[in-house]
Amino acid sequence: MNMFTQAFASLGTTLRIMSYNKVGFAGFLMVVFIVLMSFIGPYFIPLDTVTKVDKIFQPPSAEHWFGTDHQGRDIFSQIVHGGKDVIVVAVIAGVLSTSIAVAFGTLSGFAGGRTDAFIMAITDVMLTIPQLPLLLILASLMKFENVTSLGVLLGLLNWPSLLRAVRSQALSLKERDFIEAARSLDLGTTHIVFREIVPNMMTYIIISLALAMTGAIYAQVALVLFGLVPFSGSNWGVMLSLAWVRGAIFFKDSIWYIMMPIAAIVLLQLSVVTTTRSLELVFNPRLRSGE
Amino acid sequence: MATTFDATKLPLEAERKPSRAAGFLNSFLLRRLLKALFTAFVVITLTFFLIRLLPSNPIELFIQELMVQYSMPYHQARDQAAALFAIDLEKPLILQYFDYLGGLMRGDLGTSILSPGTPVTSFIKRFLPWTVFSVGLALMISFTSGVILGLLMAYRRESLLDHILTVLASVLSAIPNYILGILLIIWLGVRWGVVPVAQMRGSLSPGVQPGFTLAFFQDALFHAALPIAAYVLTTVGSWMLTMKSSTISVLEEDYVTVARAKGLKESRITTAYVGRNAALPLFTLLAISIGFVVGGSVLIETIFQYQGIGYVLLQAVNRRDYVVMQGVFLIITLSVIFANFFADMLYSWLDPRIKFGATE
Repeated sequence: MNMFTQAFASLGTTLRIMSYNKVGFAGFLMVVFIVLMSFIGPYFIPLDTVTKVDKIFQPPSAEHWFGTDHQGRDIFSQIVHGGKDVIVVAVIAGVLSTSIAVAFGTLSGFAGGRTDAFIMAITDVMLTIPQLPLLLILASLMKFENVTSLGVLLGLLNWPSLLRAVRSQALSLKERDFIEAARSLDLGTTHIVFREIVPNMMTYIIISLALAMTGAIYAQVALVLFGLVPFSGSNWGVMLSLAWVRGAIFFKDSIWYIMMPIAAIVLLQLSVVTTTRSLELVFNPRLRSGE
Repeated sequence: MATTFDATKLPLEAERKPSRAAGFLNSFLLRRLLKALFTAFVVITLTFFLIRLLPSNPIELFIQELMVQYSMPYHQARDQAAALFAIDLEKPLILQYFDYLGGLMRGDLGTSILSPGTPVTSFIKRFLPWTVFSVGLALMISFTSGVILGLLMAYRRESLLDHILTVLASVLSAIPNYILGILLIIWLGVRWGVVPVAQMRGSLSPGVQPGFTLAFFQDALFHAALPIAAYVLTTVGSWMLTMKSSTISVLEEDYVTVARAKGLKESRITTAYVGRNAALPLFTLLAISIGFVVGGSVLIETIFQYQGIGYVLLQAVNRRDYVVMQGVFLIITLSVIFANFFADMLYSWLDPRIKFGATE
């Protein structure tokens, strides 16, 4: 029981610190809202799947908040149902690529010598290959029927620039006195990496995670939009793709069908990016005094 | 970065000149060239094994397609695949690989599956220049305007202009470039009707001949305008923000104070002292940016129907023209490698220090 109260107390403190940066906190609230809407919303708002010929491409009304699509279905319910997959892919890809980047970036910066040269050679090559074309080709050769495999693939491709950043952080931390002290105390590499270096890079890691997630959203929506991942059902990318193909851009009332998924995707991207401002404050106490 | 001072490693005055020349070759340019060649080699190898070794590799897929669609016997389908891919499937894999390398050296990238008789190289000759033109111009515009605006933001810190530009830069860099492209088409093209989107499709208007004429350049710019706008708008934000923070740290440097104390003209301090030094770190980011923009060209060119190499790649992917896919992917990657090498050389020209040290 005590553990729970403690956890809640520290959660409260964290939220208070995050609210020091107004823009960042607004972004954070937006992220929370989108996540809740996408994961809990579907239980309350059923997906409208009935084709209604008399209600094609209607503008927003009290009945259909965001209007209707090319088959007269409610767009609002599709937006509510369409976020889950996008977020799941982003989280899988983000966590995977950040883990790779942090593990090998610290190793590279810390070990130096041949290990460093080897890891950096691979990273440089991966960094040079334009990701999107590679992704298009891989997506056309493999079949991605579920979100997990897509997330894993995106995660496996998206680590190089993060790794470089983590490595340079590790290189500069390595020279600091407290690492020197830890070494003199013979605390062992594992201790030094996970207890001394990684906590000091936490700001960086969290920001990297957020950026990796926005990168994954960028790539997956692109793949779906251009029809290279055969996702069906409700997904913001699928909505965008359908709206684009069905010519929703041409009429005043149909424009809602394409603008709504665009708004959802851009809003998610923007709020993830701005949340990093608040997260910085949590993980880097030195920044707090400024506010 | 040197961490300890070692007097024995200091060059003597007498041998300073030759050691500089040697150092130049050893450390920077040569290392970068080797890196570029190594990367190119890895990409070529990767492309080959992607084509041949994946569980569902293009050659097997193509053979399956031929067998199903034209009810060809396996041998015939296999022969046809081998001919189009310019690969002899009877040979052991390693020899096939050497053949493939040899073909590349001769500029032979195979023949398109869907447009029989058209070598992949002719696609590249026809479509690559447009991508190089639009992407190159966009990168230059975005980089220079980002540097100038970032400098301005740092000088007018906390002003209204700074706040507006910061918000604008953050919002723009959060929008995926293809979505910005769609938004440009919807609002500029369809809803407000200020831009004739339909006429801007393609890379040139019919009837316009390439050449050193004003009409040609005007038409090329007219068709490239929207893709360039999409690249610039989505990349300029990050240049602005990076340049701003870089400038702020340079402004605190002693040499800027010294320059001010000497009574140098403010315009000279801004350009030669602050601007030049603040822009240096941005060049290391140029490499990532080139890859991103060239990769993004696949989407942007498709959205605007601009016929560059990215458009060809997505067409090939959608129509499963594996030979074209393979060749175009290779060329796109090689151009990124080349562009990176070029950016490195530019960087070493602007910041001579990196030629001599092993600093990264």
